[in-house]
Amino acid sequence: MSKRTVKLGADIGGTFTDVVIDVDGQIFSTKVLTTYSAPEDAILDGIGQVCEKASVDPTEISILVHGTTLATNSLIERRGAKTALITTKGFRDVIEMRTESRFEQYDLNLSLPEPLIERERRFVLDERVDATGKIIKALDRQEVEALAEQLTSDGIESVAVGFLHSYLNDNHERMVREVLEAKLPDLMTSLSSEVSPQMREYERFNTAAANAYVKPQMKSYLSRLSDRVKELGADCPIFLMHSGGGIISLESAAEFPVRLVESGPAGGAIFAAHIAKSHGMDRVLSFDMGGTTAKICLIKDQTPKTSRVFEVARTYRFKKGSGMPISIPVIDMVEIGAGGGSLAHVDAMQQIRVGPESAGSEPGPACYKRGGLRPAVTDADLVLGRLDPDNFAGGSIPLSTENSKAALNAEVGSKLSLDETTAAFGVSEVVDENMANAARVHAVENGEDLATYSMIAFGGAAPLHAGRLCQKLGIDRLLVPSGAGVGSAIGFLKAPFSFEASRSVYVRLSSFDEELIASLLKELTEEATSFVRSCDAEAPVAADYKAFIRYIGQGWEIPVVLTAEQAAKPTSEMLKQEFEQEYAKLFGRTVAGLDIEVTCWSVNAATPAAKADGLKAASGKRLNASATRNLFEPALEEIVEASVIERVQFSTGDSAIGPLIITEDETTIVVPKGFAAELASDGTMVISKIIAKGESA
Amino acid sequence: MSLSSVSQQVMWNRLISVVEEQAQALIRTAFSTSVREAGDLSAGVYNKQGLMLAQAVTGTPGHVNAMAESVKHFIREIGPENIFEDDVYITNDPWKGTGHLHDITVTSPTFHKGKHVGFFACTAHIVDIGGRGFGADANSVYEEGVRIPIMKFAERGKVDETFVKIIRINVREPDQLIGDMYALATCNEIGHRRLIEMLNEFDLDGLEEIGAFILEHSHKATIEAIKALPKSEPASYDMTIDGFDTPIKLQVKLTFKDDHILADFAGTDPVDKKGINVPLVYTQAYACYALKVAIAPEIPNNTASLAPFKVIAPEGAIVNAVHPAPVALRHVIGHMIPDVVFGALDQMLPETVQAEGAAALCNFQVSMKPNLRAPAGAQPSEVLMFNSGGAGARPTMDGMNATAFPSGVMTMPVEATEHAGPVIVTRKELRPDSGGAGKHRGGLGQYMEVTVREGWDLDFSAMLDRVDHPARGRNGGAPGGATMIGLDDGTPMRGKGRQSVPEGRTVLLAFPGGAGYGNPKDRDVELIKRDVRRGYLTLEKACEDYGLTADQLGE
Repeated sequence: MSKRTVKLGADIGGTFTDVVIDVDGQIFSTKVLTTYSAPEDAILDGIGQVCEKASVDPTEISILVHGTTLATNSLIERRGAKTALITTKGFRDVIEMRTESRFEQYDLNLSLPEPLIERERRFVLDERVDATGKIIKALDRQEVEALAEQLTSDGIESVAVGFLHSYLNDNHERMVREVLEAKLPDLMTSLSSEVSPQMREYERFNTAAANAYVKPQMKSYLSRLSDRVKELGADCPIFLMHSGGGIISLESAAEFPVRLVESGPAGGAIFAAHIAKSHGMDRVLSFDMGGTTAKICLIKDQTPKTSRVFEVARTYRFKKGSGMPISIPVIDMVEIGAGGGSLAHVDAMQQIRVGPESAGSEPGPACYKRGGLRPAVTDADLVLGRLDPDNFAGGSIPLSTENSKAALNAEVGSKLSLDETTAAFGVSEVVDENMANAARVHAVENGEDLATYSMIAFGGAAPLHAGRLCQKLGIDRLLVPSGAGVGSAIGFLKAPFSFEASRSVYVRLSSFDEELIASLLKELTEEATSFVRSCDAEAPVAADYKAFIRYIGQGWEIPVVLTAEQAAKPTSEMLKQEFEQEYAKLFGRTVAGLDIEVTCWSVNAATPAAKADGLKAASGKRLNASATRNLFEPALEEIVEASVIERVQFSTGDSAIGPLIITEDETTIVVPKGFAAELASDGTMVISKIIAKGESA
Repeated sequence: MSLSSVSQQVMWNRLISVVEEQAQALIRTAFSTSVREAGDLSAGVYNKQGLMLAQAVTGTPGHVNAMAESVKHFIREIGPENIFEDDVYITNDPWKGTGHLHDITVTSPTFHKGKHVGFFACTAHIVDIGGRGFGADANSVYEEGVRIPIMKFAERGKVDETFVKIIRINVREPDQLIGDMYALATCNEIGHRRLIEMLNEFDLDGLEEIGAFILEHSHKATIEAIKALPKSEPASYDMTIDGFDTPIKLQVKLTFKDDHILADFAGTDPVDKKGINVPLVYTQAYACYALKVAIAPEIPNNTASLAPFKVIAPEGAIVNAVHPAPVALRHVIGHMIPDVVFGALDQMLPETVQAEGAAALCNFQVSMKPNLRAPAGAQPSEVLMFNSGGAGARPTMDGMNATAFPSGVMTMPVEATEHAGPVIVTRKELRPDSGGAGKHRGGLGQYMEVTVREGWDLDFSAMLDRVDHPARGRNGGAPGGATMIGLDDGTPMRGKGRQSVPEGRTVLLAFPGGAGYGNPKDRDVELIKRDVRRGYLTLEKACEDYGLTADQLGE
């Protein structure tokens, strides 16, 4: 047997653990139920299954890339370690007082989320650094030693250290670690200046606290996984997907586990980026819709947008501000409570509302016949003809249209005097509009115009709604890739090794020191590159440079991308020009007469993303339907007769025109009237708006 | 509801998301920490007649409800014939904007296919507008800073440089202020861009049809909520607070009618000599907020959903101050209004509203001037901080600790504040024992300590109340902790007004707690133990407040 390249991807989700194996480019996958008490069991089980499917011996596996929601779940469910926070005297309650505001102003019975580390485990030390980075109150080593005794007697397993202005001067935080390591070797420490060296104490302390909170658990899990994989005979390195869309070593993940938060969805975005690359598309909206939530991400130039702050564990209808901020490099996406299981009701305003409450898998939507009486999005999809009651999930779950109609009627139709179809249309339109709005707001925050974008849809519910979403957003092209059900795990195998090194160094353009900044960028490049080298000694490494710039006095910077040449020779004129151009694009007009400052510099080093297979051009035939069914067309607000074709009937290059329903085991693709679907050589279904004669594209 | 009303509903949601984008653009581009960190702003879209159709979720009630009225003034004073594409209008008139000179309101007309279709407006709290500086000390509005009449900031896209010059020379932080004016204009511009996209997508000529749909539905839903209230006799309530140097009584009488609720502030004390007076628009804003949050919280804010809450007050009362009364700190009394309204509402709708709380934000502004020991190039600096005491306990829940109510703003991060000027905050944490005892405990206030880096002189402008009049409990709940202010050497300070802080001294502040709800004897002992464990309550105070012994509270 000749030597094959065998790569393994594993994604632990809330319900399923997905495992995929890539043998010289050929993909085999499986879904196993997640085993919460010992998550590595499901992975091992899955590895066994895919190895068998692919006829591969575990010893042949050359790399395992893993992503997991375990850290996220531990934060949401508050199942972390016994954790303490050590902070500056006078600031014990920063993570409890939050922003001192209400995230919902119109609820008198609002509950604010409990802090991750309760007050009795938050300790203070007498020290202080000012806003210039100068120590104005030196930390006394003996005070730290005394605190170590206290931590021992309280049985603390993990400690976060967060001092004011430590992103400018980390001496005190490092001193605390040094003392604690010497006295309590088993205690794990997380420094805010390492986990998230950014200004704004609440976000930074909370990120350090979250890291400390999940660290013992994640460290132990990762080491068990590593042992079990070795026992299997696979002597391969294990890497972790991080929330920023890159891959980090197992050791680094164990040190900074908070960076694994949202690694699953990040894999999904990487998956979409890869498809975008195969199809040569520069502007893509990735749309991932499952049972409970929908995730939307912008992918420009085949690279997902990234951000530096993220909110986890929202406690109140996914509302902004009701969770806790985590300030780490993260793929910038919006997640809203809109999935197949999202429940609909009519509010006091006689308006239809959908989600974020979800029917889950028990009882599930009314049509599942498991006791659910309230209508979910899936019920509306069924009534509108998008789903076949006898062929849902490959026929394994027979659906009841009668139940859906009854639920829609009881909760929506009767209250608004609508028939079942119109009620279903209302529910579907509302959820689609919610998602479209989220996409629009997200695009605006990033200064993008969605009309120039294409969409890539994956996740069980996405292909049902993607066509309508495209119409709402003015998007003309929609791609539904094969393997959409395990998109995240496939994405892991396509992700590059990457590391972002950043430094908060405030520089005014009016007093700009070119040499200082050139050497800073050089230093950051070396730091980031050497990390990537430690994961892969041979692949070429490329660096991306960003300066975060604002007018002096503003609180929020905009990222300005620099070329390698610009980074090698940074000048104030060049930065001013790049900043003003970017600012005007985002906000319409620049501000006359104000000085400009750069607050942070970052360099991201990465190996190239996996090569995408070129598409083979193929001319196929126009398929005609063997069957039809009634389908509600929301754009026309009427029922039409739609063709029904199984996905397996398509060969490369074959096409069919909407209104059309393409069925497969994991999902159903709805192609609206005015759109045509064609199968590309990589198995992706490409759905495009049909341009009428005389109409310009 | 027909098929087309589904798309109208979609458009309504879209408009709310348009104004939310408008507000986010303001936060991203603003200069004052009050806007970019604390979110003291609001944003909304209006039809051509100046009726507010939607308002951003981000924002604070005082602005929102006041701004709902403001655009009509703009239309009248600019004159419909002088409204051109790419115009930007501005004012900070307390009686035509949102109640004091420190709020700048910017309104921009929006044109679609060459036709005027509506307006975007936004308001933000800026750090300085000249005059005496932000504080309570003025004797008339003339001393409080520059008053900008309703005028054009930009005509057909061109900024009025003469106006900008006059403003620049009259204020302490010209770069911040002018930067914020640009940010406000940007914010409307973003709203406008999104609206045009929406009109194109739905193939609409303007806002008439969707506007009518929104206003009609909102009005109907609000009236239904009012009709559903239990029949009740009118009820009155009064609350006395510190004032500047003499206590002030606030009084309201609530009447439920078939198609509206009337809040009449007759009986309230007259205007004060100092800058704590409230223009009626701001009284209306907070009285309306209090009624709406209790009675019809789910209905989005717009002209029609706000209209059925009628608020009146005799002219010359401190809650209906007329020109030229000083009004800079109108928020202190304005924020107290919901507590007064809730006092009356509790008699008509029992078990609905919370006990009294800190209510007013615990704000202060520090003015720092370099002295002889200052580093080279040091500049004077103004820094404003928003902070919150505890909220009142609720019928079924404890009050929120150190959380703004009724205001919708956030605090500024200490690190961001310390970058805005040479101020140093040496303490900002919860204040144990300040939450009023009760079956449900009032929210805790907070401690702060403030000083300045070496080389600067510090003036401290206090904007605090509840020093002599702490929040009172409901249904047997105990009062919350009172405000305290003084220097670290024991020198007492006043709750309001500008005061010099000697070099090397630190200002010590204790912000008030919320009051309790229900008899303390009925509180779950486990919750008292938890409070002691967390240090919300000292053991002594727990024993005293709840009539328990240390043994009973032992673990």
